[in-house]
Amino acid sequence: MGDQSKIKQDHRRFKQIVRGKIKRNLREYMTKGELTGKQGKDLVKIPIPRIDIPRFRYGQKQTGGVGQGEGEVGESLGQGEEAPGQGKAGEGEGEKGIEVDVTLDELAEIMGEELELPRIEPKGTEKLQTQRDKYSGIRSVGPESLRHFKRTFKEAIKRQVASGEYDPDNPLIVPTRDDKRYRSWKETSLPQSNAVIIYMMDVSGSMGDEQKEIVRIESFWIDTWLRSQYKGLDSRFIIHDATAKEVDRDTFFHTRESGGTMISSAYKLALSIIEDEYPVEDWNVYPFHFSDGDNWSVDDTGECMRLLREGLLPRSNMFCYGQVESPYGSGQFIKDLNENFDEEDHVIVSEIKNREGIFDSIKTFLGKGL
Amino acid sequence: MTLPSHLWEIKEHIYETAIEFGLDPFETIFEVVDYDQMNEIAAFGGFPTRYPHWRFGMEYEQLSKSYEYGLSKIYEMVINNDPSYAYLLEGNNLVDQKTVIAHVYAHVDFFKNNYYFSKTNRKMIDEMANHGARVRRYVDRYGIELVEDFIDTCLSLENLIDYHGPPESKRQDLEDQTNSGEIPRLRAKDYMDDYINPQEYLERQKQKLAEEELKSKQFPSEPLKDVMHFLLEHAPLESWEADILSIVREEAYYFAPQGQTKIMNEGWASYWHDKILTTRVLDLSEIIDFADINAGVLATAPGRLNPYKLGLELFRDVEDRWNKGKFGKEYDDCDNLEEKLSWDRELGQGKEQIFRVRKLYNDVSFIDEFLTEEFVAEHQMYSFGYNRKSGHWEIDSRQFQDVKDKLLDQLTNFGNPFIYVKDGNFKNRAELLLHHKHMGVDLDMQYGRGVLRALHRVWKRPVNIETLSDDKGVLLSYDGKEFTETSIEYHPI
Repeated sequence: MGDQSKIKQDHRRFKQIVRGKIKRNLREYMTKGELTGKQGKDLVKIPIPRIDIPRFRYGQKQTGGVGQGEGEVGESLGQGEEAPGQGKAGEGEGEKGIEVDVTLDELAEIMGEELELPRIEPKGTEKLQTQRDKYSGIRSVGPESLRHFKRTFKEAIKRQVASGEYDPDNPLIVPTRDDKRYRSWKETSLPQSNAVIIYMMDVSGSMGDEQKEIVRIESFWIDTWLRSQYKGLDSRFIIHDATAKEVDRDTFFHTRESGGTMISSAYKLALSIIEDEYPVEDWNVYPFHFSDGDNWSVDDTGECMRLLREGLLPRSNMFCYGQVESPYGSGQFIKDLNENFDEEDHVIVSEIKNREGIFDSIKTFLGKGL
Repeated sequence: MTLPSHLWEIKEHIYETAIEFGLDPFETIFEVVDYDQMNEIAAFGGFPTRYPHWRFGMEYEQLSKSYEYGLSKIYEMVINNDPSYAYLLEGNNLVDQKTVIAHVYAHVDFFKNNYYFSKTNRKMIDEMANHGARVRRYVDRYGIELVEDFIDTCLSLENLIDYHGPPESKRQDLEDQTNSGEIPRLRAKDYMDDYINPQEYLERQKQKLAEEELKSKQFPSEPLKDVMHFLLEHAPLESWEADILSIVREEAYYFAPQGQTKIMNEGWASYWHDKILTTRVLDLSEIIDFADINAGVLATAPGRLNPYKLGLELFRDVEDRWNKGKFGKEYDDCDNLEEKLSWDRELGQGKEQIFRVRKLYNDVSFIDEFLTEEFVAEHQMYSFGYNRKSGHWEIDSRQFQDVKDKLLDQLTNFGNPFIYVKDGNFKNRAELLLHHKHMGVDLDMQYGRGVLRALHRVWKRPVNIETLSDDKGVLLSYDGKEFTETSIEYHPI
């Protein structure tokens, strides 16, 4: 019967190659946002073109084939654009693309490599710990299936040399019961750390569908990355115009309101969520705010700066502001942030002109490893 | 896992029935495998082991997915080897297993007796394992990246073999054409010499020799279809590269007859599983299940030809015609439709004839000789093509000749374009020139470029292919950096 490991090796190689493809096309995947719609719990389906081995073959132009069944001459075979069966008798190999399942962890790793993201050093939350078993020890008793051949062999040589049994001309090593060594496990404690992302978004009229789509794609990648860095990850969503409210993910990306914009309302709500539910000793906190940069008044902007300085920043790993360009916004808010927090490493701003900007924006946000 | 006893008995019964009907298979070893093992073996093309390469992993991924999603399940697999190995899927119901076993025995009979398989290696299981060991050794020495990359290159050239030629010609006498330059003279005494070896004869010979010499400088002297062989002989390859290229070529030749006889082979197996099961093996209670399976095997879909069905129906048609004597001049010349329909000379040569056909024919000759106008009409066959105006695939014709021509076009050279090595010293600069023998369909140039890239990796000098594109001669060249297309005058060879 087939040696299981052989196909597994080839399968691994295939996955490696796929990984390379994803890596090379990551910018495009990020721009198109097609991955975000194909997300399961732990897996993403990534469509990649079938990795083809090129051969001399006929072009599509004059091909066709032979079929069987009803129908008048000139009648469509009813398969639209797709070439029915490639016309090759018996050879059913269509040239379809394939979808590969990639775990979110793997995707995050690819993204980390491609964007050169530093790993995040979670801040001091060694309190929550989990126990893990790891096969790292060696014992002299154990089940045969866990026998450590090398160690056993070594013990046997040692014994035979010491007792003078070892004959260099006939180097036969026979392990005895006492020589046998087995792998065993040790319990190790892994520190576990948790994080919460608080997404805030301005939903006043100037944030159109395209702007929201950009935020949606960007947040998918931010989620993916942070999830790979922390054991537990919560996401919370706040929308605001002149007032703020907490919503679920779906509402977050699809609500459209109009009216004035009071950014401070969102910051206040974020702060109260953190204070109530995410004590800083146990949680790494990541507030992300997206808007087109229009705020109601200079006074409110002042209030925002105060909330940031006194409330949000001391409680957060970093504060990220993404300004999505819209035809209507004045784009003032990013300037205000820059003026006030120029020296502050923990405030990160990025301007996102369009979908192509997502890649760099994420790099800006996550590139510091905070 | 070997066969459980109840399947063993069934297998024995089917085997005996097959022998009684005249089949002559190799000894066949059946194993029961679970779907994961089945997918693995299928990914390896039916073999327990192959050389390491990612595409087997890709096949495996697709097969496993397709199974998980319930889109497909592999019922049977059998390999051409002596003894043959066949795999049964664990958990299939009994009627499935019976069908598969009978189907397999007919395949194995076909492997053993069809002419086109006669040159294949019947110890291919061992050979594949041997290939695996050799490639693994190269992987250890040179690393998986390099080796796998070179295999990719070779696979791009995999269909450039001579499907109808002898696979065994390892070292063709390409060099043997060198001549001493002496003109052969008949022995004669001096005074007789002018008579026995007349001057003009000597002159003629001299000229002929010069021509031949010119020809031999041009190599190959005739266009060669086995491009892979030519590369093995003349490309500057490291010994491990040459070995891998020869492995890929050898395997291509091993698999070639399966492609050449797909319709016949599947038709033959379907014909016999049907006959064996319905006449000898099935209980009455199993008939419905069997009909259901068979309907699945023989189903047709628009724009797709089912080789199982076409092959089966053609074999039955041949059997019927030879039983009734519906062939030959007298029958062909008969203009009376009614007489033709009820024609029965009670010849009873049907069985003999289908066994003869399974021995001597391949898909091309099978269709060419036995596809009849009546058959095409009865089975509602049509040819189709792409209508660019409507953006649909449409039925082009139901005319016998159109259908037959289209079918033969597809089957000839196993659906591959005809490519020849025309010159290994093109432009007198050791460039490689290939020739595409254009038979009405243009090459896919995008893929063509990929192949030229692979060829360059092997030939290490600029590579070229001449072809027709939109009725204009084109020379596509690749010098290792960029592609160029020049228009040329295209002379078919």
